[in-house]
Amino acid sequence: MKYLKFIVINLLILALLPAAAFSAAPLGKRIVLQNGMILLLAERHDIPMVTVNMAIKAGSTAAPHDKPGLAEITASLLTQGTTRRTAQQISSEIDFIGGSISTSGGSDFASASLRVLKKDIRSGLDLLSDVLLHPVFDQKEIDRKVKAMLAEIQRQKEEPGTVASEAFEKAVYGNHPYGWTNDEIAGYLQKITRQEVVDFYGSRYRPNDTIISVVGDVTEKEIVALLGRYFKEWQRKELPPPAVAPVPEVGRITVKKIDRNITQANINLGNIGIRRENPDYYAVLIMNYILGGGGFSSRLMDNIRDNKGLAYDAHSSFAANKETGIFEIGIQTKNESANEVIAESLKEMKRMQDEFVSEKELADAKAYLTGSFPLRMDTSAKIASMLTSIEIYNLGLDYPRKYPALINSITREDIQRVARKYLHPDSAVIVVVADQEKAKLKY
Amino acid sequence: MNVMKRSLIGIWLLLLFSTSAFAQTMNVTEKMLSNGLKVLMKEDHRSPVVTFQVWYKVGSRNEKLGKTGMSHVLEHMMFKGTKKYGPKTFSQTVMRNGGNDNAFTGRDYTAYFENFAADRIDISLELESDRMHNLMLDQSAFQSERDVVKEERRMRTEDDPTSAMVEQMMATAFLAHPYQWPVIGWMADLGNLTLDDLSRHYRTYYAPNNATIVVVGDFDTKALLPKIENYFGSIPRGPAVPAVGAAEPEQQGERRVTVKRPAELPAVFTGYHAPDIKHGDTYALEVLQSILASGKSSRLYSSLVYDQQIAVYAGGDYDNITNDPNLFYLYAAAMPGRTAGELEKALYAEIDKLKAEPATDQELRKAKNQIESNFIMGQDSIFYQAMLLGQFETVADWKLLEKYVDNIRTVTKEDVMRVAKKYFSEDNRTVGVLVPVQDPRQAAQKPGTAH
Repeated sequence: MKYLKFIVINLLILALLPAAAFSAAPLGKRIVLQNGMILLLAERHDIPMVTVNMAIKAGSTAAPHDKPGLAEITASLLTQGTTRRTAQQISSEIDFIGGSISTSGGSDFASASLRVLKKDIRSGLDLLSDVLLHPVFDQKEIDRKVKAMLAEIQRQKEEPGTVASEAFEKAVYGNHPYGWTNDEIAGYLQKITRQEVVDFYGSRYRPNDTIISVVGDVTEKEIVALLGRYFKEWQRKELPPPAVAPVPEVGRITVKKIDRNITQANINLGNIGIRRENPDYYAVLIMNYILGGGGFSSRLMDNIRDNKGLAYDAHSSFAANKETGIFEIGIQTKNESANEVIAESLKEMKRMQDEFVSEKELADAKAYLTGSFPLRMDTSAKIASMLTSIEIYNLGLDYPRKYPALINSITREDIQRVARKYLHPDSAVIVVVADQEKAKLKY
Repeated sequence: MNVMKRSLIGIWLLLLFSTSAFAQTMNVTEKMLSNGLKVLMKEDHRSPVVTFQVWYKVGSRNEKLGKTGMSHVLEHMMFKGTKKYGPKTFSQTVMRNGGNDNAFTGRDYTAYFENFAADRIDISLELESDRMHNLMLDQSAFQSERDVVKEERRMRTEDDPTSAMVEQMMATAFLAHPYQWPVIGWMADLGNLTLDDLSRHYRTYYAPNNATIVVVGDFDTKALLPKIENYFGSIPRGPAVPAVGAAEPEQQGERRVTVKRPAELPAVFTGYHAPDIKHGDTYALEVLQSILASGKSSRLYSSLVYDQQIAVYAGGDYDNITNDPNLFYLYAAAMPGRTAGELEKALYAEIDKLKAEPATDQELRKAKNQIESNFIMGQDSIFYQAMLLGQFETVADWKLLEKYVDNIRTVTKEDVMRVAKKYFSEDNRTVGVLVPVQDPRQAAQKPGTAH
């Protein structure tokens, strides 16, 4: 639980995009099932448990553009009652076997996950297929979920970091679904109808838009037979793909100031970034590692935390999804230091464009990115999510073998080129949630 | 990416505080070096990775008012270099070798770790043995790092209404025991700390006889143990560590603390003094925790969140992997329009039910299944396995883990009722209430009108 503060975590945990590289063996097996569902399987027989991750092309980008939150609420309602089980029966059954099941929305994909002991795999898949195939979307459950989501949206207003990133995404994305704010979602949820949920489910949940990654104590023969049995009635449907809204171009410098009675300025700064499938992805990954993705090896941490003591956390990231993601620097500093932190952040962005990174920085970044690969797949959950990413972004099951070459081919010239192309210090979006009187922003 | 980082930390806290995963046959090799350093090694060859952890038996429990937060600031300083490896080399060296490193401070321990590909474990041996006794404490690095910790405190506590309330609830629940102050320290105390304080703290507590090494992963015990002896065996034993001695007197009546500040929704955290893992009642309390708060079919979720719809979240945590008795908490945040009073009433109603009538057979079976299954699934992560060993060994004895599931299995419905009556009394509780007041600036600035 988030309120148990007895542990104070010191250093940053790196949140790198899934990558890969230590074994010549493919990560798993890819099997297209009869109904079009794509199965990715990694057998691990040492522990009697099974982890299942599903990704269904039913995220925000697949929802009608005037219905923010529809994809999210539809996904979260799947576990709230089926033709065979009430919401309480679903939670009682999964809790009784000491497993977990959950469904949630996402920007490109809705996801469903299951974790059970091997001996309970049938009960688990029975539940998982039931919630995906037979949801009833009872009006009472819709009302309950709307109420809960509205309350959670209100609660998040007391988190300055959330307020800042929401405002930032809105400013970068405009009306694109990636930029939908809590307030827009709340506005829609207040008038949502059951029919809209039913229609969205009916139009976007289908096996031939679904990836199922299975990791654990199960053989190929077993799992293919089980999926055949539990997902048999889920039939392939051919539908036109949803219309995807265009992502806005980089605009002019934009500064948003939000005033709160708080001690720190929560700063988000950046611009539109890249898609995961952009060929520049690996150069961008290394460039960002050196700028602010590499924890204590990054320039932002070195400058703003280690040298100046201005922040606990200073990081940058490129969120690379199916559509164009966001580039973002995120820092919290006492109100009075906001100007200095913004200036230093912009300076580091410019330096990345003006000068070559050093040979040592480049070598260190490559060494980390290739050498840390085994750590990115040392649990079942990590392997399952990597398998899913490999399928979504067409990386190939030999991605582990290819990864070092993808990283090692990048040069200092590449780094500078992508810094010039994808960083925009002179036309950045800057959002500052702070005590504005104390922050006295010059921007 | 931001979200990923947050959720990682969330998972960590869950792991740290879920005491529900335990072992029976641990296959741990235990060795005490001649300088008093305890080494725990568990081979796990499923992935070519290893976690190397050093657990020091020092935390905010070993501090004094006026100098709180010292253990955690020292933890930060442990990354600032030694004579051999100067400033800015520790994490950079680990990362250059494809590793991740981090550290965390609690009330009873300070722990450091590196996770690596299996063939890089020597880096840990070299760097951790060096900073166990050669830390360089530099004045300007200290001053800058103290500012970093102040920023950390602002982020985690000052600007988070619920955290600020929980901090005050703890300070009210403990009168005579150091669990009363926050691990990160009071803001004014951070300003009082000196380099001499840190140096004394380091010399007193950072010694092989006050530490445990835990290694889990893809290594060969026969090959690794001599290496560990080689790197750590020559570090001189330190002086005996001073005993804490503090003991919390029995609580004789409800205590209550209110925190009024800008926030959106009221929240309640109620803490009951409860025994730690060394006490026999701990198993019945674990089962009780599971019945109350594990999963959506648990009593608190199904009553407060689902049926009555008065809470945004509701739960209960039992903080028992501690040196001294700590708290069992119940907590909830109100739905808009609901009050903290309604939440309290609903939380206590669930407690009263546990005292008045036995749990059902189904509930008892479910709780035990959840605890056992969490234990089995916990073995999927080498890091988590090492965490549990480190925590248990630091506050008690890692061998308690071997009997944990068996002890859980013996818990009866009567046991659960008995501990409910024994610990969950009005006189034994401290109630923290967050009372939201409106931030006039926020009211003035409607969303969307920001510029």
